[in-house]
Amino acid sequence: MNQQLLTSLSEQYASTNHWAVLWPEIALALLAVLVLLVDLFTGKVKALAVPLVAIVGQIAVLFALLFKASCEFEGSGVLFSGMILPSNLSEVMRIFFVLASILVSWLGMVYLKKQYLPRMEFYCLTLLVTAAMMLLAQSANFVMLFVALETVTIGFYVLVSYGRNSAFSLEGGLKYLVLGGTSTAILLFGIVLLYGIGGNPNLPAHTTDSLNFAALEGFLAANADNFIAKIGVVLVICGICFKIGAVPFQIWIPDVYQGAPTPVTAFLAVSSKAAGFIVLINLVMGPFAPMKELTVPLLSAIAVVTILFGNLTAIGQRNVKRVIGLSGVAHAGYLLLGVVALCKGIELGAWAIIFYLFTYLFGSFAVFGVMAQVAGVDDENQDVDHYIDLARRQPFLAGVLAIGLGSLAGIPPLAGFIGKVFLFIVAFQAELYTLLGAAITGVVISIYYYFGWIREAYYKPQSWPTDKPVQPMQVCVGHKVALAALAIVTVLLGFYQGAFGSGF
Amino acid sequence: MDNFYNTLILLAIDIPMAAAIVLLFGKKLGESVSKIIAGIGFIAPALIAIYLWCSFGDAPKEYGYAYLRSFDLGLHETLGISLTLGLNGISAPLFLLAGLVGVAAGLQAIMSKAERKSTYLLLLLVMQAGLMGVFASVDIFFFYFFHELALIPTFIMIGIWGGFGRRAAAMEMTVYLTLGAMLSLLGLIYIYQATDWEGFNLIALTEYVKANSISEVVQHNIFGLLLFGFGILVSLFPFHSWAPRGYAAAPTANAMLHAGVLKKFGLYGLVQIAAPLVPEGALAWNPVLIWLALGNILIIGLVTIAQRDLKMMIGYSSVMHMGYIFLGIATYTVAGVGGAVILMFAHGLSVALMFVLATAVYQRTGTYDMRAIGGLGMKAPILAGFFVAATMASIGLPGFANFWGEFTIFIALWKNYPWAVAPAVLGVIISAIYGLRASAHIFMGPQTEAFAVASEGKTITDITRAERIPAIILLIGLAMVGLWPRSISESINEQLLTQPVYSPATMASVEQSAKPVAATAEQKEEPAS
Repeated sequence: MNQQLLTSLSEQYASTNHWAVLWPEIALALLAVLVLLVDLFTGKVKALAVPLVAIVGQIAVLFALLFKASCEFEGSGVLFSGMILPSNLSEVMRIFFVLASILVSWLGMVYLKKQYLPRMEFYCLTLLVTAAMMLLAQSANFVMLFVALETVTIGFYVLVSYGRNSAFSLEGGLKYLVLGGTSTAILLFGIVLLYGIGGNPNLPAHTTDSLNFAALEGFLAANADNFIAKIGVVLVICGICFKIGAVPFQIWIPDVYQGAPTPVTAFLAVSSKAAGFIVLINLVMGPFAPMKELTVPLLSAIAVVTILFGNLTAIGQRNVKRVIGLSGVAHAGYLLLGVVALCKGIELGAWAIIFYLFTYLFGSFAVFGVMAQVAGVDDENQDVDHYIDLARRQPFLAGVLAIGLGSLAGIPPLAGFIGKVFLFIVAFQAELYTLLGAAITGVVISIYYYFGWIREAYYKPQSWPTDKPVQPMQVCVGHKVALAALAIVTVLLGFYQGAFGSGF
Repeated sequence: MDNFYNTLILLAIDIPMAAAIVLLFGKKLGESVSKIIAGIGFIAPALIAIYLWCSFGDAPKEYGYAYLRSFDLGLHETLGISLTLGLNGISAPLFLLAGLVGVAAGLQAIMSKAERKSTYLLLLLVMQAGLMGVFASVDIFFFYFFHELALIPTFIMIGIWGGFGRRAAAMEMTVYLTLGAMLSLLGLIYIYQATDWEGFNLIALTEYVKANSISEVVQHNIFGLLLFGFGILVSLFPFHSWAPRGYAAAPTANAMLHAGVLKKFGLYGLVQIAAPLVPEGALAWNPVLIWLALGNILIIGLVTIAQRDLKMMIGYSSVMHMGYIFLGIATYTVAGVGGAVILMFAHGLSVALMFVLATAVYQRTGTYDMRAIGGLGMKAPILAGFFVAATMASIGLPGFANFWGEFTIFIALWKNYPWAVAPAVLGVIISAIYGLRASAHIFMGPQTEAFAVASEGKTITDITRAERIPAIILLIGLAMVGLWPRSISESINEQLLTQPVYSPATMASVEQSAKPVAATAEQKEEPAS
């Protein structure tokens, strides 16, 4: 009997398992294994071979993805019993995550060169976390979402405390672990409430599969006023707000960003935030769409507070990793504008978010690339003061830094400006005037700290002792090429968006 | 042939940009080569501007725009943005202004002794590209975009090559102007929303406004955003505090371009975009605008008198003259707005000239403090002549372009707001006081002791060729319009007549009122020719 049941179940579920759909995730996982093997067998050259294999492998995946993305996507019905639902959005985000992962691996090379730490594990974890993020972007079921999210989070627990020789890194890891655990609990509680209430046979449109996004959407549409369902929705959104670093779940950001090794900070700032936003987009477009009476005011309030909090607290910081962290909080706030617009039914909102995320990726990695170069052995100790007169010591790095920060500040003609225009227009379409007011205030405040940083690099202070010798910095050609590419893309996207500006 | 002109207008933006890129990657070119490249980058757009200006009258026009051309850079489908270039009667003179001041500032910079000159020229070239783009854009998004493109180099240049107090000045200016820019961006997107997401193309927007009406509340909000956004950028009282400090700290060529051309962006936006698209909003805000403009003229005028630093004085005087232009716009008549556009052109040239000459004075005396200089006219008579001419132009004496601008504005003001004429004319007296006093302090009288000590053992040369060429270019422009105002007033007049908001019986009966205005406007221009 048992045997029969198992066979029939496995047949029923396995029949929709189209593994080919998940080829990029599988490729990344295999690449992680390959990195392990390379580390085992290469001996002395492994310091070079491991990152090389990881990066070249990822670039191959990226090109394969780009080639595939230009083909039409075939919607093939139910996949993995409804766990996975690829869409145009998730296809684009796969490219985003691989691109970010390549850049993180590259920053890892720069960072690990200055540290006495194991190398292979870093690349291995980065690859696995990226694969999990890709799955997260495609998940269409809360079980899949939770498993993917936990894979990401657990990977980050290790990565944040990767600099085990540094007390700051360990402290950051511990804080991330405790607060991350709390947020996971909140998220899980929300999921469980939704599962329970969705399966309640006394309610109309109840469903046996209430973890499935589509089924849940049907249920919520019929029970939009149900109190427990509302609590469930709020708790799930809170759990995701932790990932994107929105107020009031931003408390971990400054310490963790400062303590984590620079490449991991970049990974957190870009990929982890983007992953949170993709989940949020999928949720507000899918299951939570009927709940917009609740989600619009909730997310609007979070957005306003997040923008103002992030910008105001960033002003007083001297440590650049904290500046980036808190300004990243503000960026999450700007992105929430797009999410709120999406809740209100403006479909361009999703593309506006993705466009902004890409500009944020290029701008941020340009800045992080410079930070990784400028940082000394004490990775957590990176002050704005270390950038004084960078324009003289290393004009190239100063130029890339200015472009990156300018793009983050949203200054034309850089990519970040077009991203902000996208979000503003979408917000106008949704008539979110209060949010626009907050966003404008935030942008003006942010000019102060972004330009404060650029100012240190460029404007020689008037009391600078002239006899101090200028110490030139060395940057090797490969890193220069990567940094220059980021800067050029940032400038080009500001002038010419081409097909990238025209949406899905 | 059409295509040829259209390409020229694009080249006016692209050549300085290309020159900037060459300088960026060619750090090792050597100074003389980079000077030549920069020179091409500044002279080419000026020549193109003059050429297009000369052929503007006969060029075929669509919706009042000549040389129209559009490029989709990727945002057309989603956001309705495409790069559309063209010139109409209002933008053509300002395009010419950008070319003229650009070449003057560029030559000044090329022949100056700035440190890290290739970077200095690079930033100035980017600024020049942006300035040409601002006035050539028919798409209001790109109008804004090019303005910001030109603004960014300003911040950097003040920070690196600026004078005393540059760090604070650069920061203040950056934050302040970003606020202004953001408000105007919101206003422009608001227009996009109010016109049913048709796009950012000004021609399409104008057609939309003709066919449909925008609700009064929305018009009121849009104009409010644009008025204060643009107002901050133009240093409308009381949002002016960045301007004098910024100009005092800015390197000369940068101050010339910013005060001369870039600041006209906001005024141009009000004349060309805000008032025609949201006329009811414009009229509703008018009382506020007039009082603030009078604040610019009187309060800032008195502040200007109190200045002892020559560059601060020029900075404040430029803020003060913005008041006249605002007043001209506030009349919403063909004559008033036409006068405002002429004054924009004239002020752009004259303030740039003042900055060139102020720097020349500084290089001879080592100070901007007017009380510490005296009797420079004995040593440098030609410089003194130039300076007095520039002062006369800036005060608005006949013979220079400024006169026609102010004169037409006063006449328009007399017809619409007679009570405002007296304070406005008082402003002319104020500017005569500080202008003539500055000339007197610097050039006349005996040498002060401080100056005698400072210049001991040095021979003070008269104006050099490096200073003379930019000054002559600017003076020729001023005198040409001063003696033959019809050269620019005609195109402005024609363009303004097509816009219903500038007719006296506004909006009520557009067709009927268009003719009488034409007649009065013609009359007023009569003494000019």
